[in-house]
Amino acid sequence: MSSVAQKKGFGAQVWDYLTTVDHKKIAIMYLAAGTLFFAIAGLEALFMRFQLMFPESTFVSAGTFNQLLTMHGTTMLFLAATPLLFAFMNAIVPLQIGARDVAFPFLNSLGFWLFFLGAVFLHLSFFMGGAPDAGWTSYASLSLYSPGHGIDFYVLGLQISGAGTLISGINFIVTIITMRAPGMTFMRMPLFTWTSLVSSTLILFAFPPLTVGLFLMLVDRMFGANFFDHTMGGNTIIWEHLFWIFGHPEVYILVLPAFGLFSEIIPVFARKRLFGYSSMVFATILIGFLGFMVWAHHMFTTGLGATANAIFAVATMTIAVPTGMKVFNWILTIWGGSIKVTVPMLYALGFIPSFVAGGVTGVMQAAAPLDYQLHDSYFIVAHFHYVIVGGIVTALFGAAHFYWPIMFNRALNEKLGVLTFWIFFIGFHLTFFLQHFLGLMGMPRRVFTYMGDQGWDLFNLISTIGAAMMGVGVILLVLNVLISIKSEPLNRRDYWGDGRSLEWALETPLPFYNFKQTPLVRGYDPYWIEKQEGNKEGMVYAEPVGDIHMPNNSILPLIMSIGTFIAAFGALYSPWGDQAIAGTADSVSPGLSVGLIVLGLGITVGAMIARSLKDDLGYHVHVAEIEAIEKDLAQYRATGKKGGNK
Amino acid sequence: MDLNTKFTPQNWPEHAEQATMEGKNKFVGFWIFLSCEVVLFASLFATYLALKDSGPAGMDLAKYSTKALYELPLAFAMTMILLTSSLTSVYAMYHMKNFNFKGVQTWMGITVILGLCFLGLEIYEFYHYVHAGFGYRHSAFSSAFFTLVGTHGLHVIIGLVWISCLIFRNMKRGLNLYNAPKYFVASLYWHFIDVVWVFIFTVVYLMGVLG
Amino acid sequence: MMKGLKKWRLFSLLAVMTVFLAACGEEQLSTLKPAGAVGKEQLDLLLLTTSIMTVVVIVVSVIYLLAFVKFRRSRVGENVIPKQVEGSHTLEVIWTVIPIILLIIISVPVLTATYKFADVAAMEEVDENGEKTALTVNVTAKLYWWEFEYPNQGIITAQELVVPTGEKVYFNLKAADVKHSFWIPAVGGKMDTNVDNLNKFYLEFDKTSKDLKDGVFYGKCAELCGPSHALMDFKVKALDRPEFDAWVASMKATEGKTASAESTDLGEATFANSCLGCHAVSGVGVAGSYGPNLAAFGDRNRVAGFLDHTVEDTAAWINDPEYYKPGNLMTGKYNVTPEEAQAIAEYLMTLSVEK
Repeated sequence: MSSVAQKKGFGAQVWDYLTTVDHKKIAIMYLAAGTLFFAIAGLEALFMRFQLMFPESTFVSAGTFNQLLTMHGTTMLFLAATPLLFAFMNAIVPLQIGARDVAFPFLNSLGFWLFFLGAVFLHLSFFMGGAPDAGWTSYASLSLYSPGHGIDFYVLGLQISGAGTLISGINFIVTIITMRAPGMTFMRMPLFTWTSLVSSTLILFAFPPLTVGLFLMLVDRMFGANFFDHTMGGNTIIWEHLFWIFGHPEVYILVLPAFGLFSEIIPVFARKRLFGYSSMVFATILIGFLGFMVWAHHMFTTGLGATANAIFAVATMTIAVPTGMKVFNWILTIWGGSIKVTVPMLYALGFIPSFVAGGVTGVMQAAAPLDYQLHDSYFIVAHFHYVIVGGIVTALFGAAHFYWPIMFNRALNEKLGVLTFWIFFIGFHLTFFLQHFLGLMGMPRRVFTYMGDQGWDLFNLISTIGAAMMGVGVILLVLNVLISIKSEPLNRRDYWGDGRSLEWALETPLPFYNFKQTPLVRGYDPYWIEKQEGNKEGMVYAEPVGDIHMPNNSILPLIMSIGTFIAAFGALYSPWGDQAIAGTADSVSPGLSVGLIVLGLGITVGAMIARSLKDDLGYHVHVAEIEAIEKDLAQYRATGKKGGNK
Repeated sequence: MDLNTKFTPQNWPEHAEQATMEGKNKFVGFWIFLSCEVVLFASLFATYLALKDSGPAGMDLAKYSTKALYELPLAFAMTMILLTSSLTSVYAMYHMKNFNFKGVQTWMGITVILGLCFLGLEIYEFYHYVHAGFGYRHSAFSSAFFTLVGTHGLHVIIGLVWISCLIFRNMKRGLNLYNAPKYFVASLYWHFIDVVWVFIFTVVYLMGVLG
Repeated sequence: MMKGLKKWRLFSLLAVMTVFLAACGEEQLSTLKPAGAVGKEQLDLLLLTTSIMTVVVIVVSVIYLLAFVKFRRSRVGENVIPKQVEGSHTLEVIWTVIPIILLIIISVPVLTATYKFADVAAMEEVDENGEKTALTVNVTAKLYWWEFEYPNQGIITAQELVVPTGEKVYFNLKAADVKHSFWIPAVGGKMDTNVDNLNKFYLEFDKTSKDLKDGVFYGKCAELCGPSHALMDFKVKALDRPEFDAWVASMKATEGKTASAESTDLGEATFANSCLGCHAVSGVGVAGSYGPNLAAFGDRNRVAGFLDHTVEDTAAWINDPEYYKPGNLMTGKYNVTPEEAQAIAEYLMTLSVEK
């Protein structure tokens, strides 16, 4: 039963991962899948930068370039950043609040498999006639015009993986509301848990408009509806609204957990309590709320009129206030602390100036009349990469180093980590700083080439060199991960020595039930409090050792997801689509198309009914078993040998 | 409270649906799920309102306008049926509170029958429109109408399958703390469908014909 | 370590200086060298926000670096447990209020300019004869080319916009197929051309374009519109009002001009047979043709928006447009031999209203 106590065959291990509902294993799957898609999207970015290294380059063709830029944006946001953050949320949030698992372990697994199969579906487009090519925003007139099945893959793939994200979001909200350990009041929750809660709430309200938008696009392209076809009375601006009502909060969905991760890292390595905890919480909520009020700032040039532009300009600027609060609170956290520069802390220290730079250019673009110049130029490319790479990617890399000991009972190499940081960080600024000026000098974004002698040549060359450095940085990080597999297990609690929240109170490797006894939380930074009071045991407990109730594994989430995957092919090759009728996309017979949809959805619904008809009560780990597992773990930690009594 | 406890009306807890951790999670989670359904329908309503008067250039407005198409008496009948089914599901929950399993099953069954009636009328209505030349591909207006009302119809179908499965699966099991939350959230879902329909009736039919 | 840091600072300072010096860009397409009132006001906004934001960045960086340098563990001592401060209400208020003040300072010019740039009421003003007083250009963006119609003058051109200096020029913007965006960086900010509705805005051109490198301002499509989005360039010729009036008059003089299939000139004859169906050679007409109007082709600065304006490039373009502009709608609509293409190119060069 225990994660280390049993030596399993390879097949059994694979089966274990396919059926698992354990948040720690799902976290590892999210991490692996997210890294894979991060690498793919990074490669796409490199191809684009190599194409733009010199004017009139012919490294990739115009059509391919549009596919690359679309897939780069789509993959990075939906299939890399989101799952990587989910990886840390899954791994850490239940531990931080003292829970044995998430509220709906089954749904947790379903969320992962939907995300993963949706992502795979989207990437199949590369091998089946071409990837989507209308940008990650997929504006309706162009995406309806685009021949072939690329956009169909985009619509269906995101629909499936979006459902997975939504399910995970609901799961985290309920987990954080109902599963907190005794004493863990809302105002004692670690900031990462808080930001996860707010970000999940944003998912809850932001993803349905996307779902609707994608669905309208789906029926427009594949079943002849007329939502966006202006010749039939449709209106493409509806897509822009629906997309950005989702799209803007999406940025906060990603960046808030990143803020949360830094709010965990900085206090640990400053050895000081997070400054202004309650205003940090307030700022998080405020950013989440304001995030829904500003979507039309992406549409300043669409022609919504002066009043709409004015309102959205001012609303957008106000976001700077809570964000500024956060930045100053972080700085005041290290002020008066005792700063130890480890790799996670390096990322945090690099994050602050980079993110501030990205934030201030955001305010500049909020100024609507100025945005008429900046919009859709390289300035905006520079801006959002400063926010996303400078804010989110640094958080992910830092958190990987920070939480690796808890997730894998291994540490990432510190020296290699420092080297990676510098190469990546310098490469990042080299790539994107100059792009601000390219935009101001009149270079539009999403161009596959440019004529020489427009004053853009040098900066584009430097930008590409920077991108190559970022690529080297990522390779070094992956190398570091591979090295860590071979390194010595840590077998300890509180790897960094100054851990403050509950997750550091646990000794690695963790048993599958996390806490032998539910801990009692006596204040903010509970583990720090215990350490200060000289508690050698880690925590005090809220209950005696008793039977632990755990959920059963299940293969049904995977089967349900496969069902949607099959149905998506039925819709993709629909003979009723405009492109299919025009002969610009291949299709199958009506019978086969409907047949696939019915079969796929039948599998999904069938699996749901099968799940419903059976009682799934979970199982109990009895006290004797717990003691045996704990003994095994203790022996493993002491000798490195795995026990054999199970 | 243990799942295997044998209950009588006397020791059956006041809020059976929230008596276990799983039940409580389900209860909270379902409310949260409904809030995202609200946003989903809000987006569809907004789209419908934006497109309800538009079609290809030269569309025959005398024939294909909200005023010409919709029939209020039918929509009103559908509203009444669905409202009644919401009431019957309340009866089922009332009986669940009193640990009267037969009552739960009976009233849930009546809810399903009323839901089927509603669905039948909706299919009749759609059929009628399609025959009048107002198909899904007719115009932006038709696409928006069928998508909004059809999404609601799909929710009705899901609700019917769900409640039927519940009635069927629990026939032999009786009422316990494991399936009480299941009944509860299913009935919550049914109320939600009802509320959405009230909005559809008002925004689509009433405002379409009278407005 | 500190020595290294100092060198780094010097290096980065130098780098930043170089960047700023080089970063103004070319006069014909840089937003940093505006040649019109709209662009100038946008540049002023840019400078205002940039300076405020630079101050913010500097303040944050100074506090941050100070904190970092002062409170390193190596300086504080290995085993020191710092005081666990909860927070400070005074500080929270300070860093809430100061940004709000800064934002208010920015908001005032932002809101004024927003309404100002959207004011197109003058488009409808008429003089005593009932004629519109302001110059209006109807811009239609089509897959990879631009059509410019002057409704009050009754003339039409494509790919090269001709405008008078020193007055507000109003634009009606629309897309014929997919969404594009109309942008002349050196003159002012962009506006989308939607398929669903007409967008209106104005620009002002303060100086003539003839002293610029190519004698034109550069215009760009700023919204992804398909494979050749990057090549959907247009050019803008800004003329003095008298020169502009002369141009309008000579455009009007081409009324009724056509190509004759019986012409002895191989180029004109082939053009009449293969091209005239889509491309008009008279500058008088209304918007909506399938291909760009070629009445002023000989005066253009570029072929297809970006190729050199030579007979060779024109012939090459006619021979294989797909090679130069993937996804364009001209490919495959006609059938001409390379010799004919050459002749057409030579004929096209003679279509001029300025020479």
